Amino acid sequence: MSGALVWSDAVLAAQIFAADPAGTGGVLVRSRAGPVRDRWLAMMRTSLSPATVIHRLPLHIADGRLLGGLDLSATLRAGRPVAERGLLAQADGGVVQVAMAERLLSATTVHLTSAMDAGEIAIERDGMSLRLPARFGVVAFDEGLEDESAPASLRDRLAFHIDLNDFSVGDAEMFEVEPEAISAARERLAALEASDAQITAICNAAGALGIPSLRAPLLAVHVARVSAALEGNAAVTDDDIATAARLVLAPRALIFPQAQEEQTPEPPPPSEPPQDDDAGDETQQPDLDRALDEVILAAVRAALPPGVLAALREASRDRSRSRSSGKAGALQQSKKRGRPVGVQRGDLRSGARLNVIETLRAAAPWQPLRRREAIQGGAQARVLIRHEDFRLARFKHRTETTTIFVVDASGSAALHRLAEAKGAVELLLADCYVRRDQVALIAFRGNGAELLLPPTRSLARAKRSLAGLPGGGGTPLAAGIDAAALLADSIRRKGQTPTVILLTDGRANIARDGSAGRPRAEQDATASARQLRAANIAGILVDTSPRPQPLAAQFAAEMGADYLPLPHADAATLSKAVLATTQGR
Amino acid sequence: MATAFPFSAIVGQDEMKLALLIAAVDPKVGGVLAFGDRGSGKSTAVRALAALLPKMKVNVNCRYNCDPGQPQEFCEDCRARAASGKLKTSQVSVPVVDLPLGATEDRVVGALDLERALARGEKAFEPGLLARAHRGFLYIDEANLLEDHLVDLLLDVAASGENVVEREGLSIRHPARFVLVGTGNPEEGELRPQLLDRFGLSVEVKTPDDLPSRIEVVRRRDSFERDSAAFLETWSKEESKLRKKITAARERLPSVAVSDAALERAAKLCMLLGTDGLRGELTLMRAARALASLEGAKTVKDDHLRRVAPSALRHRLRRNPLDDAGSSVRVDRAITELFG
Repeated sequence: MSGALVWSDAVLAAQIFAADPAGTGGVLVRSRAGPVRDRWLAMMRTSLSPATVIHRLPLHIADGRLLGGLDLSATLRAGRPVAERGLLAQADGGVVQVAMAERLLSATTVHLTSAMDAGEIAIERDGMSLRLPARFGVVAFDEGLEDESAPASLRDRLAFHIDLNDFSVGDAEMFEVEPEAISAARERLAALEASDAQITAICNAAGALGIPSLRAPLLAVHVARVSAALEGNAAVTDDDIATAARLVLAPRALIFPQAQEEQTPEPPPPSEPPQDDDAGDETQQPDLDRALDEVILAAVRAALPPGVLAALREASRDRSRSRSSGKAGALQQSKKRGRPVGVQRGDLRSGARLNVIETLRAAAPWQPLRRREAIQGGAQARVLIRHEDFRLARFKHRTETTTIFVVDASGSAALHRLAEAKGAVELLLADCYVRRDQVALIAFRGNGAELLLPPTRSLARAKRSLAGLPGGGGTPLAAGIDAAALLADSIRRKGQTPTVILLTDGRANIARDGSAGRPRAEQDATASARQLRAANIAGILVDTSPRPQPLAAQFAAEMGADYLPLPHADAATLSKAVLATTQGR
Repeated sequence: MATAFPFSAIVGQDEMKLALLIAAVDPKVGGVLAFGDRGSGKSTAVRALAALLPKMKVNVNCRYNCDPGQPQEFCEDCRARAASGKLKTSQVSVPVVDLPLGATEDRVVGALDLERALARGEKAFEPGLLARAHRGFLYIDEANLLEDHLVDLLLDVAASGENVVEREGLSIRHPARFVLVGTGNPEEGELRPQLLDRFGLSVEVKTPDDLPSRIEVVRRRDSFERDSAAFLETWSKEESKLRKKITAARERLPSVAVSDAALERAAKLCMLLGTDGLRGELTLMRAARALASLEGAKTVKDDHLRRVAPSALRHRLRRNPLDDAGSSVRVDRAITELFG
């Protein structure tokens, strides 16, 4: 599919979204900041009705601002609690724009998505209990690199996923947008409905494309209606259905059904059409639906570049039973800097956070008394707060720990060791739930290291990636340690504490550049280990060789790690030993 | 408030619907946890339940939903009113209270009423969500993402059935018995084991993967969104039928007999699975009885046990990381072994 086509679809998506922001959920724009994105945004803006306001959602918005809470100055002025509307409630009837959606915190995501589902937000904060309407559309800019993406729960609720990364401003021609036509479409929308056959066709297509979520076909049906309204059609036509399939279903396709023409590369013999009628096992289906299904699949096919198709087919072959949404939730990150554990009386020194609501509560019982005093003194004030009322929020600061397991999956680490390592990781993971720690898994074998499991708390995901861990090949120890150091660094940047647990026999035989040879490989591995020590990352080296050997112990010293020879350890002992060491720190 | 999708119009998801109905018949079963795929209608089902439940009797103007039939449990206000003979009762909808993730502690447990304190200098308690959920349901969407300090609060109250508030010079205790309903997606992290244990029934929700029901879901949802009033009207008959069924089952519940044989079966099943403690057996028994009552049976049969066992037991198994089979598979295996 050419750049111009991608662009015209992106513009069409913008117009359909603008015609009904809340109904379509929103648009996920995968693109870095740049002129193409700006141009797209400008066109989307002109398509919106003039009264619609775009609210920008900053990445690290506080819950109070997002959901609403107590308006401090108004409360003090009025002498009674005054609510302040949060961003989500303010955005009612408008559009919420999220930049860098791939880094959205999970708590923010949940608030956003639950408001989208309910069309309102429930506030139970700061002594207030409110329900406010919050119907809005979302424009999420996903600026992630290849393996980063916006939270899956958000993506699922946005009808359109467009990718503007791979083409130039030259392709992004400005289209003439007619806001009047779009507002006329808004009027027409309510009267339009999709027929049963059309709904069936959309569901068929979604099923054939391996899209598990039911939100996708629902959104597609809705988009088809908006498309019909935009086109001025009296009813939803098959073209509208095809448009919806191309815009909504194609970007979500996980598998792709074998295209007809590939099963029969030769031009079909002339006797084909009559045979086609009773071919296949779904004979109950009317031909009309069949035809529509084909229209949709053709539309989807047109939306996918040929390379992607091949890759999808390849991927679907590899994917065994796992039906997960791929990299869903890969960026699980919680930036809790400690949790609030009540309040204490105190002075407002630098760094202390005043808990306003608790301060007001402390001051409240004294108001009549103080007012009397104040009036005697000639002062006029609604609420009298004194020094002794100050209540400071207390946080329990416990940085999160992320344990990185670096597993030697080479041939030299005997296969049963690998099974034990897997078991230990799972046991530890179960313990980690109680402590809310995270776990990541790196395996190295052959000629490189691979991040099998990005930091996560999900046992489901950990199990899946462990089960798929193969063994065999050389021992690229240096690559494994380098990968761990890289990950540890990024974890530290998130304000968490990394711990590296290396399970190996220490017999490196593949160097950094992938060449075989023991001396060179050991040299490289030692260099990598020293880097880890220099970065001051806590670690443990678990020697998995049948007999403990000086090589691994020496290597642990270079790494600045504790050395744990475990000649005959089973998973449980290993887990216990590792836990004791990590907690002792 | 936004209108809820009718419960009886939810396509498939039989296990989740059954678990919610069982909890509605016998709140003592102890809550429902629904974990599963995105967009499979978990939240929809819970919100639908709110609209379905038969009304309950409360004392008028009581902030704690005191039950007129239980005078020994009255709050202070109701006691005072009862003593002066001014107690009135009325029918209200069963509360299904949302506990949003961003909730602050003071709103959950209740706190000093700020408005009255500031304006009139009175020290008065303003009840929180726990008080409002008394005798009803407390719903946590994305329960696995709930902040730890709120989880701790919930665990305490759910265990004791009473909310004790000691803050800002207030010292209040009030009954807070509610059915905890949680939903979540396992991809986003699992539930803390302590909280997991509080749920009586746990169901796994999957998006339907057969085409006809997928089509039906989309079709119904679409027509609900286009004209919700007409859609509710279409389903009102089914809804009231189901409501009557719940009411009847509640009345019948005390008279449903549990034979010794059934008790033995339940105990054997729990032993076979190696569940911790007696909570599993108790929940299994209660759930089976509620199911029997729902279906108008006079005694609990094997079939009842068998159908509720997966939901009642799957989250109570000791986790064995080296066993690749999921908990559901293990429960199924044990059921087949025992019941044949």
